[in-house]
Amino acid sequence: MTPELADLSIREAGARMRRGEVTALALLEAALARTGERDDELGAVLTRADEAALTAATGLDARLAAGDDPGPLAGIPIALKDNICTRDLRTTAGSKILESFVPAYDATVVERLRAAGAIVVSKLNCDEFAMGSSTENSAFGPTRNPWDTARVPGGSSGGSAVAVATGMCAAALGTDTGGSIRLPASFCGVVGMKPSYGRVSRYGVIAYASSLDQVGPVARSVDDAALLLGVIAGHDRRDSTSSPRPVPDLRTALLGDVTGLRIGLPKEYFAEAMQPEVERAVRAAIADLERAGATVVSVSLPHTEYAISTYYLIATAEASSNLARYDGVRYGRRAPHPQNLSEMYCASRGAGFGAEVKRRIMLGTYALSAGYYDAYYLKAQQARTLIAGDFRAAFERCDVLAAPVAPTTAFRLGERLDDPITMYLTDVLTISVNLAGIPALSVPCGFDDAGLPIGLQLIGRPFDESTLLRVGAAHEHASEWHTRRPPA
Amino acid sequence: MGITRDEVRTVAALARLELTSDQEESLTGDLDQILDAFRKLQTLDTGTAEPMRPFDLDAAPLREDRVENLPADDAHLEQAPDRHGRLFHVPKIIE
Repeated sequence: MTPELADLSIREAGARMRRGEVTALALLEAALARTGERDDELGAVLTRADEAALTAATGLDARLAAGDDPGPLAGIPIALKDNICTRDLRTTAGSKILESFVPAYDATVVERLRAAGAIVVSKLNCDEFAMGSSTENSAFGPTRNPWDTARVPGGSSGGSAVAVATGMCAAALGTDTGGSIRLPASFCGVVGMKPSYGRVSRYGVIAYASSLDQVGPVARSVDDAALLLGVIAGHDRRDSTSSPRPVPDLRTALLGDVTGLRIGLPKEYFAEAMQPEVERAVRAAIADLERAGATVVSVSLPHTEYAISTYYLIATAEASSNLARYDGVRYGRRAPHPQNLSEMYCASRGAGFGAEVKRRIMLGTYALSAGYYDAYYLKAQQARTLIAGDFRAAFERCDVLAAPVAPTTAFRLGERLDDPITMYLTDVLTISVNLAGIPALSVPCGFDDAGLPIGLQLIGRPFDESTLLRVGAAHEHASEWHTRRPPA
Repeated sequence: MGITRDEVRTVAALARLELTSDQEESLTGDLDQILDAFRKLQTLDTGTAEPMRPFDLDAAPLREDRVENLPADDAHLEQAPDRHGRLFHVPKIIE
């Protein structure tokens, strides 16, 4: 079946545009039409940018007609998680406290997308301040999974995964602090990558946990993800944590094969109470890679059982500090008629933050408070060193690690909402990657008996996104899972 | 040792969060449950492990100390919940 315009890969859309068979305007209109058809039910989009996008697409078509080369993403409709600042376009981070915040500048990743010719079409729903695993914590309502609308899309970049899976955009950006790109990619049957810490600038990205946050692509193929990452990656002097390391040609990296590559299977990642279909699909994908020439070794990440507590102590401690800026003074909501400054802070924050954000600010403040710092925060930072050491040791024996993204497929809305510990455990297989600062890729690898997508997670050495993409591409060559789209 | 409601009030004051009575109660239960689940971390022998440091120290080279971002312009002032001319307006600070 010939894909509709809204479902084209970036490569195919770009090729058709260069041949003059399709215009940027037509691609945009297809994405906007799809948004109109699907989003009332799915709740992926928070703010549409129709007018600015139409102007940009028309301008781009004129440049293309004049023989200009506007860049590798010329005319491609891209959407952004709503914690990424966009000039003159509302950016809420899924929070009531930023309900009417309109940034005065673009994040560096947005600048780079625009410079490459991309058209920004919409801002996408997410858990408030990216705190969540289900996109149920948004102040603007939940996003639903297009494969089964009674289920969550995963979080926190749920809107990004849903918009990409359903053709509301060609690709999107998300952020990943503990699995927030990989989990929704896995639950929605699309490709998602968390780059190495430092690979992508976070200037203009609303901070949750600064030693863990990273921006990355969500796309319908590894090829598209590589293209998008190539555009946004690289040093930015406005983000002192962005790495000066050169960015290799990521798309060329896809061309290699996996002969002789050593794939490590962390035994702890297969020991959790796992849904049988998930384990079966992941092991089948690994067997495909073996047939393609890779070898498989068993490895151990012995500190995995401490990862959840380590992450939630460090991330919430950083969040409690990062979110101190929402004080009702400079931007965001202010509680009406405060009598004094202290009342203004407390009332504005009390009314502006949702339940999960309050829970995390409280946990982080507690972990940093006098008398508890050594027992919680310092201990977690030491544990983090051990967790990162596990990966270093594993990578002496293999080139990439392969595992599921999550122990189960998408769960039902509301199912874990009242049980924070169960919700936090959703991230058990993704969270250590953020603690170690290394890159990881989620690619579709099958479906469970209920027809819900399953994701294969590939984890790489620091700054070795190339190998991950190469293995992801080899997996795509051996299967067709990534071509499946959710029912209309 | 469980976390008490008084401790929750103290932490909320430190975090500048106004909580309703219901929120205090549910957060007391939540934090108690979460910290209890995290207790296992206390049993981990971290030995001489140093706390994790930033990943790539080379990523933060020194640069010339020069102002590059402009002072707040109208676009920033427009985000003020309350303003007074070209100033952000806040309640009285000194009693």
